[in-house]
Amino acid sequence: MKTRKDDFEVRRKHLKDLSDHELKTYFYKLLDDLIDPILNIAYKQTSPSIERSVLLRMGFSSLEAKAIVDVVLDYGLIGHGAGHVVYRYAKYHQLSIREAGLKIIETSHLDEIKGGFIHDELE
Amino acid sequence: MNWNKKLDIKSLLEDLENYQPRRRGWVWRKHHPQKIGPFFYEDVSDSLKRYVALPSARHLGNIDPQPATTITTEIASGRFEDDIRRMRMAAYHGADHVMVIRTAGQSHMDGLLEGTPQGVGGVPITRKQVRAQRKALDIIEDEVGRPINYHSYVSGVAGPEIAVMFTEEGVNGAHQDPQYNVLYRNINMIRSFVDAAESKKIMAYGKMAQIDGAHNANATARDAWKVMPELLVQHGINSRFSERIGISPDLICLSTVPPAAPPSPDIKINLPYAIALREFFSAYKMRAQMNTKYMDSSTREATVTHVLNLLISKLTSADIQSTITPDEGRNVPWHMYNIEALDTAKQAMIGLDGLMEMLEFKTDSQLFETKREIQERAVLMLEEIIELGGYFTAVEAGMFVDSGLYPERSGDGIARKIEGGIGAQTTYPRHQDYMAPVTAHYGYNNIEQYGLKENPSELIGGSTFEVREKIQFVDELDLDDNVNVRLKQTEKYRNSNLIKPEVEWLADGVVTVDLFFPTDAETAEAAALVVGEKMQLKQVEVIHVEVLHPVEGTRIQIKGVFDEDIDLTKLKVVKKEATLSPEEILNYVKKNQLKIVAGTGGSDEHSVGMREILDIKHGGVEAYGFEYHYLGTSVPIEKFVDAAIETKANVILISLIISHDDVHYKNMKKLHDYAIEKGVRDQLIIIAGGTQVSSELAQKHGMNQGFSRGTKGIDVASFIVREHGKNDAS
Repeated sequence: MKTRKDDFEVRRKHLKDLSDHELKTYFYKLLDDLIDPILNIAYKQTSPSIERSVLLRMGFSSLEAKAIVDVVLDYGLIGHGAGHVVYRYAKYHQLSIREAGLKIIETSHLDEIKGGFIHDELE
Repeated sequence: MNWNKKLDIKSLLEDLENYQPRRRGWVWRKHHPQKIGPFFYEDVSDSLKRYVALPSARHLGNIDPQPATTITTEIASGRFEDDIRRMRMAAYHGADHVMVIRTAGQSHMDGLLEGTPQGVGGVPITRKQVRAQRKALDIIEDEVGRPINYHSYVSGVAGPEIAVMFTEEGVNGAHQDPQYNVLYRNINMIRSFVDAAESKKIMAYGKMAQIDGAHNANATARDAWKVMPELLVQHGINSRFSERIGISPDLICLSTVPPAAPPSPDIKINLPYAIALREFFSAYKMRAQMNTKYMDSSTREATVTHVLNLLISKLTSADIQSTITPDEGRNVPWHMYNIEALDTAKQAMIGLDGLMEMLEFKTDSQLFETKREIQERAVLMLEEIIELGGYFTAVEAGMFVDSGLYPERSGDGIARKIEGGIGAQTTYPRHQDYMAPVTAHYGYNNIEQYGLKENPSELIGGSTFEVREKIQFVDELDLDDNVNVRLKQTEKYRNSNLIKPEVEWLADGVVTVDLFFPTDAETAEAAALVVGEKMQLKQVEVIHVEVLHPVEGTRIQIKGVFDEDIDLTKLKVVKKEATLSPEEILNYVKKNQLKIVAGTGGSDEHSVGMREILDIKHGGVEAYGFEYHYLGTSVPIEKFVDAAIETKANVILISLIISHDDVHYKNMKKLHDYAIEKGVRDQLIIIAGGTQVSSELAQKHGMNQGFSRGTKGIDVASFIVREHGKNDAS
């Protein structure tokens, strides 16, 4: 930022008559204004780390989770959820979740299920 | 586990793949005002089952009152197996929050690490390492009788994965603050916040206490005290973001450091800030950290600053009191300094017990004007951030960690690009059918397409959070860099008869030597290195220089490696003999009518130790039926023997504190010789005591026995009875 002299006395005019309680309430209103758009982004986006964390919770090791997410990224399917891809794959091949994930790592192949997803992004 | 035995690291590592943590979530100490020993304490929790009390507790019945505040120690030497031993020591000194620092660079690693490689300035955080340490802490908390919280970091580009692993492994607390990633680790800001939302959701499920990263602005900004308004903003962003995602406010902890340290007017700057913070964030918890910004190599100076920080904690509040080791300004913390820092916190907090029952603030003073000013400056900063277009654009503009006191700007803030940094362009929009069949997942999750309304993990029969057996345990990946290899290297010193001095790793051999030279600093440094070499130390380094006068003298501390093994089988260990029971002593003394003459010898005026050995109220020999005649202080040596003859005493107790030029041993010899001269040596039991008295040397100088610090009346009484019995029998 550009350098600027301390103009606190000028800037604070609208704050100086607020009670301590009002000042605090205003502080939290500003915080919420600041945070709302960030929460909205987080609600609609995902990342490789998030997807790997999903796969960990589905019972894969960190090494397996990384390998699966790499295949999912290669196929451009991460927007549907890596866990979702494994779930679909398991249903399609009638495998357990764990077997499905290991098979994806082994074959690096998702052609048979890639057509079944809805490709519209969230508004 | 027997508390009297060393922790066996090897057996700790056995069967680790099947170990289950006993609980999830953070545990606070319970505030419980109570009488401990002779005193009533306000701000305390229950005492421990096993502990090491402060040194002075020796005079106060060995009480060890525990503050109501959780106390943190930060341990991470790079070898987690050695850190486990330090954790056990720390717990005995009152730590119930053990924080593990990560190895350098882990925050930039895209994914979890596995195995147990050695770290630099911290340990690589892995499932195996976490599980082993949590397992060790489960044992240790049973020993001390208080739950111990285990803590590390959920930050960097693998935050969500680490949060999952921590939840699975029963980790109780973690640092999580996306602003830290952005400002100090140059991780892309969108990725940081998107990941943080998931991490926080998982931490909320795992009931972990969250600590933010705002305090780093203190350490980074040029003038730490000028970032106070920004600190309120940073705390606010992370805390409110966390609360909105679902972390319970009583687990959202603000990491706050008093920004100033002496010689700045510490309390005048730090107190209004501390009040401003606690007022704005009253719904959350305070993790009070100590100042490191102005830390130098003097452990004494650091300790005083930390005590002033503790005063701020007591004047305001601290739910978690963190400790910084006083050696952090010169090396990665050593064992003894973790313990010193813990004792500093315990000592100061207990010493300040009930402070605010006696004091109140002047609300119409400069203190509260300054407090309000800090708050208003923070509000103004938030306003401008929103005007600029929000958090991301404000960071891009360099709004944060500027050295100006907001609204003043110096133009030296940390600016990051929205599209830049590590992990840029690695977030992906979720599609309408995005789905994740797991528990504690943040954001859009279309499980309705599979007929569910809640509990996404039902789709897969439960996630690892419900079905622990699904967790995959990875052991070692690197055959050359793991705990087994390291244990093998130090095998020689494990459960064997060999030891070496140590500061952080088993048998590292590191020692310090404290020196004074009557010279200027440069000369003293050069001379100190020569001393180290002549002492046969290896890798000698100067770690501290303190000018006492520009030319008259300099204090120097060096460290070096002492590369010799000590063979335990060849040591002459002075073992304290077990004492007799009070009844045995009483009966014997009564039957044999044992009499004592006692006093401090020569020109020695120090009588406190002697009185403790004699007086009934200190548990002295009087309590066991001895009749004694106290000769007073500075008693001429001859008078002990003359008085013994006159009063028909069987025992002489002489206290000799002054040890200059070995005068204490010379006086023992004199006493012994005079008793021979008088022909009564065989009839007398002569015992010397004093802080610098060695049992062996006392006997060499003619005493029947010598006692040093830590001796109690019953030790002396038992010795007299045994010695007298021996003479009787012969």
